[in-house]
Amino acid sequence: MRRWIWLSVVAALAIAYPLLLSSPFQQRLGALVLLYAIAASAWNIVGGYAGQVSVGHVVFFGCGAYAAMGSYAKFGLSPLIGIPGGIVLAVGLAAIIGVPTLRLSGHYFSMATIAVAETMRLIVTNTEWLGAAVGLSGPTVPRNVFDLSFLSSLPYYYLFLAVLAITLAITWWMTNSRMGFYLRAIKDSERAARSLGAPASRTKLYAFMLSAALTSVAGALYAMMFGFVDPESGLGILISVKILIMAALGGAGLLFGPLVGAAILVPLEEISNSWLGGKGAGLTFVVYGAIIVLIARFQPGGLLSLFIRRGKPKTDTGAGHAP
Amino acid sequence: MSFVLVQVIVGGLLLGAVYALFSSGLTLVWGMMNIVNFAHGDFVMLGMYVAYVVYTLMGGGPILGAPLATLVLATLGVVVYFALIRDIMKGPMLAQILGTFGLALLLRYSVFWWFGANFLSMPQDIVGGTYAFAGLRIEASRLLAGIVALLVTLGLHLLLTRTSLGSKMLAVAEDQTAAQLMGIRPDTMQAIAWAIAAGATGLAGALIANFFYIVPTVGETLGIVAFVTVSLGGFGSVPGALVAGLLIGVIESLSGYLIGAIYKDIVVYVLFLFFLWFRPQGLMGKM
Repeated sequence: MRRWIWLSVVAALAIAYPLLLSSPFQQRLGALVLLYAIAASAWNIVGGYAGQVSVGHVVFFGCGAYAAMGSYAKFGLSPLIGIPGGIVLAVGLAAIIGVPTLRLSGHYFSMATIAVAETMRLIVTNTEWLGAAVGLSGPTVPRNVFDLSFLSSLPYYYLFLAVLAITLAITWWMTNSRMGFYLRAIKDSERAARSLGAPASRTKLYAFMLSAALTSVAGALYAMMFGFVDPESGLGILISVKILIMAALGGAGLLFGPLVGAAILVPLEEISNSWLGGKGAGLTFVVYGAIIVLIARFQPGGLLSLFIRRGKPKTDTGAGHAP
Repeated sequence: MSFVLVQVIVGGLLLGAVYALFSSGLTLVWGMMNIVNFAHGDFVMLGMYVAYVVYTLMGGGPILGAPLATLVLATLGVVVYFALIRDIMKGPMLAQILGTFGLALLLRYSVFWWFGANFLSMPQDIVGGTYAFAGLRIEASRLLAGIVALLVTLGLHLLLTRTSLGSKMLAVAEDQTAAQLMGIRPDTMQAIAWAIAAGATGLAGALIANFFYIVPTVGETLGIVAFVTVSLGGFGSVPGALVAGLLIGVIESLSGYLIGAIYKDIVVYVLFLFFLWFRPQGLMGKM
């Protein structure tokens, strides 16, 4: 019961935020927090729940971003039409990476995701049809509402809020389904889960594909809001870093962890960028690196796990979760 | 079979020896502690910058820069082991990967912040000019890097297989408790392994600094190269890393020459994925 009260308070605050704090900067900030929260929540499915650390998640982000901008720039269609294409692309790539590596130890998976992301960035940077280093642009003047090109951040805010709600709902549904039980068992002990008949590799692969699909939607939304995509903003390794650190800071494997992480880090970055200007770029990532090291060393469960451990009685030891 | 092709292959072998040198550091730590250092490529990058600073501040070439870079990085390796690795080793996989990945970012962007994103380079003739044998032209800096890297990698193999220190390290890798009962301190052995692994990257960095582009993000590419080398050679195996390193050096050089320079990294990455699909245990390794 208390959970539902908290949930409705958070939801009401999220809906009221852009009306209460209505300057363009604040609305834009809110939209960005939600956008990164979508991407980080999508990462959380494979990185948190399945325990497979993808460090090249930007490649799925890029699939969505390029598919959305491509459908406008190459075919004159609404960027929305590109979203399903981006999802198909992302899920296919996830299968190519996941099938061989999810059988091996987690290190191979992490490194393979970096290698694929870098390969895609190099290929796209050298492909004239995809705009090479310049990238692709969206509609500068919207032809109709389906171009999703707005001057104000307000429509984006509510669009992102809806997509985030759907993402979290899917995650919640997944954790309470058979797949969620399998994932928890595998994370506790893959050997034990396998011996009890949990299809470990296949379950991890499904989680990875689901995560890739949702990340690709986040990429498409990002490109629509900014109106363009280039190899750095759509396929650069630093986007992966941001996604990963937000989830890990808030709490990997917790439903609201990525949202908390995004709500802390996005304002931090936007404010430090407006203070330090271009010179802050390097420094921001020094701080990010330090935060990641500190989380790994002292609080691998993320910030939210501090509260949860205190609030709940210790039933969640995982021993009883075998399917 | 033209001279150009032979030239390209020789160049690839010389660079491959350096790949083998820093990859053997990664394979040592991975094989011994089952932890993958995602900052390994960035360690090499730091070695390059140490060599560069030695040159700009003191005008010293690799004779001064290489030992100093080895020493600086070996020290860093020990510090990283005691400050970070010792604790995250016992933690979940997420913490292990995040910890060293965060370290990679920290190092990469500290250097970026301090030196800027510009490409730096050392003077062409810092080691000497270019030699010509039998129609082949080889830069002295590449020849030096290749030969030193090859000798040190072989030396590392001998150290691990023929000395009592090597046996102790192997004992810790096999069974920590048993090693402890025999009077070996696992902590000391693992710290030594980190010193060796990081020292190898420092030396490799200082050697390639003489002819490579020096830029903060170079560690990302080199890190992937090291990972590909180790997966190809089988983890924990220094001879495997040597063979795989030489092979990757040649493949990279050949694809750079035959397909185009921008595709040489892509070829290596695709090769890596291909191996993961069909032969995850590496060329000569066991699972």
